[in-house]
Amino acid sequence: MIELSNITKSFNSGKPNQFTAVDNVTLAVKPGEITVFKGPSGSGKTSLLTVIGCMARPTSGRIFLRGVAAAVPFQHGGLEEVEITSLPERFLNEIRRSTFGFIFQQFNLVKGITVLENVMLPAYPTGEGRGEFRARALNLLEQFSIARLAGQRVDLLSGGELQRVAIARSLINNPSIIIADEPTAHLDSKLSRDFMAIVGRLKGEGKSVLIASHDPIVFDSPFVDTLVEMRDGAVVASRSCR
Amino acid sequence: MKRAVERHLNILEFTLASLLRRRAKNLSLLAMYLLVIFMLASLLFFVSALKREAAIILNDAPDMIVQRLMAGRQDLIPAGYAAEIAAIRGVTAVRPRLWGYYYDALNGANYTIIAGDAPTSAPGRATVGAGVAKARNLAVGDLLPLTSYDRAPVMLEIGTIFPSGSDLVAADLIVVSSADFHQLFNFPGGQATDLAVTVRNPRELPTVAAKIASQFPDSRPILKSEIQRTYQSIFDWRGGMTLIVLVSSLLSFIIFSWDKATGLSAEERKEIGILKSIGWETSDVLLLKFWEGIAVSLTAFLLGTVLAYGHVFFLSAPLFAQALKGWSVIYPRFQLVPVVDAYQLALLFFLTVVPYTTATVIPCWRAATIDPDAAMRY
Amino acid sequence: MRRSLQFLLFTAVNLTIFLLLPLHARHAQSGGYAKLQSAQLRSLHVTDLCLATEARYTRHPAMADRHAPFQEHPLALEHFPSGSLILPPLQHREKP
Repeated sequence: MIELSNITKSFNSGKPNQFTAVDNVTLAVKPGEITVFKGPSGSGKTSLLTVIGCMARPTSGRIFLRGVAAAVPFQHGGLEEVEITSLPERFLNEIRRSTFGFIFQQFNLVKGITVLENVMLPAYPTGEGRGEFRARALNLLEQFSIARLAGQRVDLLSGGELQRVAIARSLINNPSIIIADEPTAHLDSKLSRDFMAIVGRLKGEGKSVLIASHDPIVFDSPFVDTLVEMRDGAVVASRSCR
Repeated sequence: MKRAVERHLNILEFTLASLLRRRAKNLSLLAMYLLVIFMLASLLFFVSALKREAAIILNDAPDMIVQRLMAGRQDLIPAGYAAEIAAIRGVTAVRPRLWGYYYDALNGANYTIIAGDAPTSAPGRATVGAGVAKARNLAVGDLLPLTSYDRAPVMLEIGTIFPSGSDLVAADLIVVSSADFHQLFNFPGGQATDLAVTVRNPRELPTVAAKIASQFPDSRPILKSEIQRTYQSIFDWRGGMTLIVLVSSLLSFIIFSWDKATGLSAEERKEIGILKSIGWETSDVLLLKFWEGIAVSLTAFLLGTVLAYGHVFFLSAPLFAQALKGWSVIYPRFQLVPVVDAYQLALLFFLTVVPYTTATVIPCWRAATIDPDAAMRY
Repeated sequence: MRRSLQFLLFTAVNLTIFLLLPLHARHAQSGGYAKLQSAQLRSLHVTDLCLATEARYTRHPAMADRHAPFQEHPLALEHFPSGSLILPPLQHREKP
């Protein structure tokens, strides 16, 4: 469960070109569901996702994570709820690494190295044994039926294959929440539908998925549980599709 | 502990993978770096070994050499000086030396001809250095034809050839008897090239030298310590050839690391952004860059030093031979006894590996501190 | 084997050889230089090293004259490169 309370995110605050990307958003995202943030570009979807994903701190407001706080060392004792906005940088990173998996609009794969290495990349600094996460990565490649590409450099892949590599990479650290920013922007309709099918499968495995998109294939998809509509940084409507 | 080790290994793994991506670029970088270290280390080894051998050899040099100056040039010294110098208190022996140069028109080589003492150098016989033997293709028992001042042939039988191990002092030597020396050069009797003076107490040397200088205003005493200092200054790393090579290679190295330091490409910047966005911390990125610097520079340093050691001490420094050889026809083969100067190697380490690694890490510092969400906004 | 371990192993081997260099040098020094000191050479009272033989002041730097570089020939200003590498004798630079 992710709870946002009065989240505001502004850029260049105090300067003449100040601009508020997310304006006073209060929202609850249920675990194990697919939540789609819908809205035109510039409506604050991406900014909101970066704030939720611990990539950036909100200018004001608080975010609570429930039931996903295992990574925070001093809270092993039993606190079920973590208020992530006030955590020091180190723990924030730790949470981000273990709780969230990211899929980017441009896929953001590292060129020149193999598919397998790209998938394993987020696991490198965790200090986990290479053998363990390598097996997991191969397993993920198998799942997305791109195991045959494991040794190939990512430069040579097609859009759909890149997409799958990016998804596999987001899952390598076993996150409970997947965040995807305009994941279908560079895919044709068939690949977009394939993507939604994969997302549906992830939901079946108990993952929460947060997607920012203005692609009808995404927000009209039968897998979507909650649709949050945004405009000018504010939530205009939030409805359950069930 | 285990996690920390795994983290290092994993990040090193990625470092190597990403270095291998631009295989040609990074290998040529490594090769160039290796060459710089190799040259510098060769020079350090070469010079410190020469320095040591010079110290050992010059330990046997005479306490003092007395030359006579005439019109600003060194001239023959009358043997009469020897008796008077021998009479000075503290002088134990004065030995006139007969030596000079012989230009061999056949091959353009310069030989140093010395008149040796009677037992080893009988008239008609000569002892030659290995360099001479090689230049004239001589073996023991062969005849060495020289031409005297009046173009009359002088035939000398080779009695001994100095082993090539003594090249550093004897490569171009021809040791003949006094009689042959006089005949060869029409050297006037009762004169010497210079005088070798032995003094009982080394501390009296300056006093004795002052006495000689005042007694013979046309003489010039050269002390053993001055001879040694001459060689120390030739081989001193702050002077002469060492400095030239050291400064030029360090300058080129600085230019090259500066270029590398300032040239963080847009692609590298983007890559750092990607790493940050998928959960790498700033410290992870810096560790990656640290390993990148170490992988190149430590490999170059260790390999370069080891290769330089082989180059100088097992192969007799063929690369420097050309530089020192110059116009010489006879060139000694430097079979140097290995010397490793830890201080100089440490200096080399701190002047190359440390700045290179720093130059790799520092420019990434700014790029690595960007917000992780920057990658989302590409 | 993992590439990182290969690299570390390679570096360890290099480092070992590197650290063996001083030991090798010490070993070589302990038995090395008697060859330079034959009795006959010693009796010659050699004052200079045979480094470069093309000019008087490079063959016998310690014995060379005060104006040595100008002595060979009016046109022979310098012998390159040994002439530029070997400095004039120190005592001639210090005394007037």
